[in-house]
Amino acid sequence: MMGHIDDPCAHCEEMMQPYLDHILNEEEKLEAEAHLSECDWCRRRYRFEESLRVYVRQVVTEPMPAELKLKLAALRLPLE
Amino acid sequence: MAEAPPDAARLASDARDRVHFEEEALGLSDQVYRVARHLAGSREEADDLVQETYARAFRSWRSYQPGTNLRAWLLRILTNLNIDRGRKAQRTPPMQGLEANDYFLYDRLSESDGGISDEDRVVERLSQDDIVSALSSVPHDFRDVIVLVDIGDFSYQDAAQILDIPIGTVMSRLHRGRRILKRELAESVLEEGE
Ligand SMILES: [Zn+2]
Repeated sequence: MMGHIDDPCAHCEEMMQPYLDHILNEEEKLEAEAHLSECDWCRRRYRFEESLRVYVRQVVTEPMPAELKLKLAALRLPLE
Repeated sequence: MAEAPPDAARLASDARDRVHFEEEALGLSDQVYRVARHLAGSREEADDLVQETYARAFRSWRSYQPGTNLRAWLLRILTNLNIDRGRKAQRTPPMQGLEANDYFLYDRLSESDGGISDEDRVVERLSQDDIVSALSSVPHDFRDVIVLVDIGDFSYQDAAQILDIPIGTVMSRLHRGRRILKRELAESVLEEGE
């Protein structure tokens, strides 16, 4: 905490991924939130990261080809 | 001593267990494919990989412990097969210059638009093709973790087990991998702007 006293935004950036992954401890989480509540610059960037994650998940998801599903079912072992 | 005659009741219950296993595994195939699609380099490879995974899973169903995470068990088979398919030959990427800071992409996207007010819309400047191709250019070690955690919704713990790496490595690869992905995305946007 002390090492970043000069640049709270840099510290906030370091906490972004762990914050969004919910792995900060309570103290760090409050620290990040306190900074975000007063810093529009960082808040925008957190918000962007959050929507980017959701967006990436959405757009890369491709439906499984129907033929593949049939091929998988055909791989089942015959009943003895 | 002669072998005991097959116990019909036991055989029947065995068959039931197997059918149950197969059905449960097939029920997860959409989720398995979703992850496989981006662990593999192409749709064709993903297709093959998923088939090999299910063929192996159906053969070795007895080694699955009922009640444990079947999706993770299937993905463990799949990632091992993927590695066997020649992933080892992959170069280690030069990390210098690959990573930017976490805000690099946002800064690029918003500056090219003269300042955007709605952060939720900034991402829409990225096309599906941009994202799929950026993801495929993230080096395997990092991509595997991103795909499992951010796309496949696996916990760090599951990802660590699937990839057989420590949980701390999952976390550090995830953090670096996301930065690499954002760097790749920023580059694709810059290229389009030219
Ligand atoms: Zn700030």
